Amino acid sequence: MSSVSKRLATDLLFKGVLGLATVILFIPLIMILYYIIVNGAGAISWAFLTSLPKPPGEIGSGIGNAIVGSAILICIACIISVPIGVGVGVFLSEKPTHTIAKMVRICLEILQGIPSIVIGIISYLWVVLPMGGFSALSGGIALSLMMLPLVIRSTEETLKLIPQSLKEASLGLGVPYYRTMTKIIIPAGRPGISTGIILGISRVAGETAPLLFTAFGNPFLTFNIMKPVNSLPSLIYNYATSPYSDWQQAAWGASLVLILFLFTLSLIARTISTR
Amino acid sequence: MRKTSQLSPEDRNIRIYETLFSWILKFFSVLVVATLVGILATILIQALPSFRDAGINFYTGKSWDPVFKHFSATPFVVGTLATTVLALLISIPFSLSIALFSGFYLHPGRITSTIRLLIDLLAGIPSVIYGFWGLSIVVPAVRQFELFSGRVPYGVGIFTAALILSIMIVPYAASIGRDVIALVPSDLKEAGLALGATPYEVVRWIVMPYSKAGLLSGILLSFGRAIGETMAVTMVIGNANKIPGSIFDPANTISSIIANEFAEATDPIYVSHLIHMGLILFISTTAIGLFGRRVIKKWSSH
Amino acid sequence: MNKQILEISNLSVSIGNDTIIDNISMDFHWKKITTILGPSGCGKTTLIRCINRMHELIPHARVSGSILLFKKNIYEMNPILVRREIGMVFQRPNPFPTMSIYDNVIAGYKLNGIKLGSAEKDNIVETSLCRAGLWSEVKDALHRRGAFLSGGQQQRLCIARALAMKPRILLLDEPTSALDPKSTGHIEDLVSELKESVTIIMVTHNIRQASRISDFTAFLSKGELVEYGSTEKLFTVPEDKRTEEYLSRSAG
Repeated sequence: MSSVSKRLATDLLFKGVLGLATVILFIPLIMILYYIIVNGAGAISWAFLTSLPKPPGEIGSGIGNAIVGSAILICIACIISVPIGVGVGVFLSEKPTHTIAKMVRICLEILQGIPSIVIGIISYLWVVLPMGGFSALSGGIALSLMMLPLVIRSTEETLKLIPQSLKEASLGLGVPYYRTMTKIIIPAGRPGISTGIILGISRVAGETAPLLFTAFGNPFLTFNIMKPVNSLPSLIYNYATSPYSDWQQAAWGASLVLILFLFTLSLIARTISTR
Repeated sequence: MRKTSQLSPEDRNIRIYETLFSWILKFFSVLVVATLVGILATILIQALPSFRDAGINFYTGKSWDPVFKHFSATPFVVGTLATTVLALLISIPFSLSIALFSGFYLHPGRITSTIRLLIDLLAGIPSVIYGFWGLSIVVPAVRQFELFSGRVPYGVGIFTAALILSIMIVPYAASIGRDVIALVPSDLKEAGLALGATPYEVVRWIVMPYSKAGLLSGILLSFGRAIGETMAVTMVIGNANKIPGSIFDPANTISSIIANEFAEATDPIYVSHLIHMGLILFISTTAIGLFGRRVIKKWSSH
Repeated sequence: MNKQILEISNLSVSIGNDTIIDNISMDFHWKKITTILGPSGCGKTTLIRCINRMHELIPHARVSGSILLFKKNIYEMNPILVRREIGMVFQRPNPFPTMSIYDNVIAGYKLNGIKLGSAEKDNIVETSLCRAGLWSEVKDALHRRGAFLSGGQQQRLCIARALAMKPRILLLDEPTSALDPKSTGHIEDLVSELKESVTIIMVTHNIRQASRISDFTAFLSKGELVEYGSTEKLFTVPEDKRTEEYLSRSAG
């Protein structure tokens, strides 16, 4: 009897340890969120969101240019990766056994695993050097390389689940193949494809490493994609590693803005995919 | 005559668009392949001057000093290995607990979906924010500990970087672990329980042995993920270009040295050495990733 | 009297190494209902798909022989134009889920980029739905999505969608196999009415259905055209032993 109760006790203990480890892990999560919210909320104001950075010590510094810069970078990344990603996703789901499709799959696996800092080097060599300087364009291209595999994967997975009968219905009406794909099949997969795009955006929106030597950073507001731009993650990096306490305060504010943006994205993705 | 009548303008347009459409899809796909080949070729070519300049000394040398043109990757390889291995050691118990807890013990329900949500939140926090939090909270705490235990109170260093890195890889490792554990056939688990084994004994004698290969490759994949991690590590590792003597020393990893010095490297050979390090990073993450996923795929198809 | 609307000659189809259709030749009759009958796997669905080139969706399918539509070989035409002349209705109702009933009916025009005036559109929608016997049931819900319709109604919507393109031939691939008996009756009545205006070729494995509504019946077995003639004759005095066996076994 005693051996049974010992075994049961061991089981209970084991379960307790697992549960404890799970709870412990969430302490840092709660701490991070707590610090961001407490420190960030104090920094945020309308002026903070809209004005430009000022030297340390001056009042009224803001992150307006970083928000605009991040938006520009994400737009460039989407403009490049969405059409190509959806196109390749369609190709993979339509011709799964094609030689090119097989090669693409291997390349995607590798591309997805390339460290972000290496992507930064690539964009530096491919875009910054030939153009002769840091630019929003080079940063956007770096981010698009990171986003592309996600868009392709989600498009392929979504389109695979669309019933063949829908395609037959359209082709049976004499609708050409390209119109069937663009007007029936891709729209039918829109929820899945947009979820993939949103997940892709939320992956790259917080990236700093690929921007270090591409978009670089810029204390001023610019809409010129040939010029360096600031971004929320780069601003957080620069301010967080600075010795000035008001810059660090601004970094908490920027972190809160970034986190809220990312959570909103994942909320949107969840609503779309469960609908 | 019939043929000409069939080629109406509409017919011709459709044919043009059909061909165009399939060519665009194919072109994009080839573009993806070409991009990857291009990436590999670019890094290899740009790293060539470094191979020629440093040769084997790049891997056997001991110091990195751009001013005196000593270029060896050793301090950073050691720094990377020390940081990631330590981070893995810290994180494995947690990832495994979460994987077992949510993949075996708990039935899908509110608690598992809460755990999943929290894990997703953890995964969604950008690296730079982990680094910032590490700088403001973890670094002072480690400094206190170092003072208390009679070490040089750097605060920053391998240990701090590993602590933060370990939190960052848990979401990735736990999700692989959960998938692997979920693949253990339920009739095996039920057979164990039906014999009167406790859930712990089922884990110990059935689940763990069955999923060993999968879990090991999960650890390998997490390792591959961790060595590429840049920002958080760069912010708290202390950025010292020498071979670390202890886990509390400041150091640099391969990715953090690139992050720190690439933008300011002006000498072409200096840049090439940094790209050479990018190549090491690229090859090791790719090899580990491909190998780990192959093992899991092979294992799960049994 | 028999306008030569569709002639199949020496048609063979193989997928990989399997022969699905083995050297079939047959003519179809203008504004009549022809059913293609046979056990499952005899190639009847493949045959009907060849007629509007939908078999091209099947990987590794190879076709030899010819099919003439008004004396024109459809394999020398653009498949898109073939399919506009030869409409098709499938086994399972497949209305476009994201479109309203109205948009489903004119989908063929919309997707093909054919611009129509709104009066013309209304007209086509009403006529097609009337011909499909669905108008009175859906006329107040035209701009709702078709998800609330029953299976039989959805199938009639698909028929209306095919009719809207004003095809000269309508292919029906076991159109009632996914439906209940009542809806099946509806569709059968509808098909009988439709032959006034369009030539109908229907695949079925339901012998009674073939005898109830068709004018001509073809019997296929293992990819071979065993017997083809008027329904009355085929059902009363079949010439081939295999036909006789199939009819008696399946009927009894």
